[in-house]
Amino acid sequence: MNPFVQLNNVSKTFDVSAPWLNRVLERKPQTFLHAVSDVSFDIRRGETLALVGESGCGKSTVARLIVGLYAPSQGSVTVDGQDMKSAAQSTDASRALRRKVQMIFQDPYASLNPRWRVADIVAEPIRTHKLITDPAALDKRVAELLGFVKLTAKDGEKYPHQFSGGQRQRISIARALASNPEFLICDEPTSALDVSVQAQVLNLMKDLQREMGLTYLFISHNLQVVHHIADRVGVMYLGRVVEIGDKREVFGNPQHPYTRMLLDAIPDLKMTGKARTPVAGEVPNPLNPPAGCAFNPRCPKRFAPCDQSRPQTVSFKGRDVACFAAQEATP
Amino acid sequence: MAQPVLEVKNLHIEFPTRRGVLKAVDDVSFSIAPGEVLGVVGESGAGKSLTGAAIIGLLEPPGRIASGQILLNGQRIDNLPYEQMRTIRGRQIGAIFQDPLTSLNPLYTVGRQLTETIQTHLDLSDAAARDRAVKLLEEVGIPAARERIDHYPHQFSGGMRQRVVISLALAAEPKVIIADEPTTALDVSIQAQIITLLKRLCRDHGTAVMLVTHDMGVIAETADRVAVMYAGRIAEIGPVADVIHKPQHPYTVGLMGSIPEFDSDRERLIQIDGAMPRLDAIPAGCAFNPRCTRVHDRCKRERPDLLPAGVSEAACWLHAGAAR
Repeated sequence: MNPFVQLNNVSKTFDVSAPWLNRVLERKPQTFLHAVSDVSFDIRRGETLALVGESGCGKSTVARLIVGLYAPSQGSVTVDGQDMKSAAQSTDASRALRRKVQMIFQDPYASLNPRWRVADIVAEPIRTHKLITDPAALDKRVAELLGFVKLTAKDGEKYPHQFSGGQRQRISIARALASNPEFLICDEPTSALDVSVQAQVLNLMKDLQREMGLTYLFISHNLQVVHHIADRVGVMYLGRVVEIGDKREVFGNPQHPYTRMLLDAIPDLKMTGKARTPVAGEVPNPLNPPAGCAFNPRCPKRFAPCDQSRPQTVSFKGRDVACFAAQEATP
Repeated sequence: MAQPVLEVKNLHIEFPTRRGVLKAVDDVSFSIAPGEVLGVVGESGAGKSLTGAAIIGLLEPPGRIASGQILLNGQRIDNLPYEQMRTIRGRQIGAIFQDPLTSLNPLYTVGRQLTETIQTHLDLSDAAARDRAVKLLEEVGIPAARERIDHYPHQFSGGMRQRVVISLALAAEPKVIIADEPTTALDVSIQAQIITLLKRLCRDHGTAVMLVTHDMGVIAETADRVAVMYAGRIAEIGPVADVIHKPQHPYTVGLMGSIPEFDSDRERLIQIDGAMPRLDAIPAGCAFNPRCTRVHDRCKRERPDLLPAGVSEAACWLHAGAAR
């Protein structure tokens, strides 16, 4: 079966140069920010792929490329067999894609219109896509959607400010489900929530996936959450995917030193007494990334080729890794 | 146990509103010994940050301390006039806040902010204060401190800024540090660096720390004891290992179960249904009773105080038998 989403060597570059006049007067060159470089992966139907990484590693940019909020500078994005670039040319095709792909955002306080009643918020995608025109049937559908996320039809009368953070995030989920999507992109959907509320939302998302056969792209910096919800995991660093594969393989036996570092940095709830290994250094400036492998200045396994050339992504041990040291160790 | 450096006794914080007085913190008591790290966890709105703000005397009006005492080395500090409190804040109680960018003034160099703080509290010449500032920056692990001291906050990364904030809190060698979500705004890899740093500094200086956070992982690594807060009250308080491994209050049990873990392959997380009550609708009896899985009659009528429960103390009627 064809994968639902395919990214082929996708890059996204932003022009962050100074204004033209300043450039001419101060003789500065144009500067480009490489937010996403040469990213390729597939998402299969019905699975959850999670992207993890620190702030600024490009995970949200990848999400925006897939929904079509950004056009890739290079490479191609295919969703459900349809190339996003050609879909963007035709209103009908992009409309059909928009119906299939919906998004849940991080901040449930900013992503719901405070002046709209919840029922109108949830009905908006249905109205936009003209899925139901009969008002009575629309009301029934909205009540059903609110029921999916454990809210009542009566809650539709209220405004977003009358709900807690967790309830609001459930409203966002109901809105995302309104157009009968096949694919949900969840950009840090639980980072703004308290742990006990996070558990409610994660359980709900898993239940909905099972019942409706949804495909998720789940973006998070919290590795425990990712481990709980994902089938496959992609680890990003400075715009590139450094390791991607089955959750059990990647977390159980990480091959890229950055993945290992992220895992070591997680607070130890079991209190085995093992001190966290603090990682030296910080993410380099993406405007001026280091030569060779972007991780090399922080890497404990750095050796000769690392600051010379960039490692290719190679498949082994059930995952794809871009690291010279990992490839060296397993010939 | 050594004489506690900080004691909070029966603290009540309330907010008068048009619809009546809201009790945000309701009868909270705890103490911290020198060199000890007390973790305070709880969900948003549980009253943990307010407790911290009350201790440093930075409660925002109309919020006010309704009753109770805060003692520093046995001296009451909750009723001091503003000017006198200023000499204690920074000198004896340091503070670290969540967002390192807003806690630094963007218009002044880091060095100027440090020397200003140092000279406010300690009688040092300009040159001596600057030397001390460089030493502080070196101590918190800022490379090339002698050059970096003349940089502005925006020239530092998030983790480096938080280091600067920590050095500011340490500038006058306070006995107590209130750290309110010090690592929440940082990435995990940087978080580990800051936690390690905070732990080392407290050990070296014998500083008592009240660490306010919602992240149980950070508490597990850093704290000696932990207080779990719910709806303005302490639900459970005890040594960190006991609270995490043998939680006594049903709320703590739920809280621990809702954290996803690596070595468990549970399909579902334990969830606590519902949400924390709003301050104007705290239920009678135990505030947790509508969400509690082990609720019984007494919970709906009477409010439990902290009762001995194993090594810890828990505000739950399930432990009423053991108390007698």
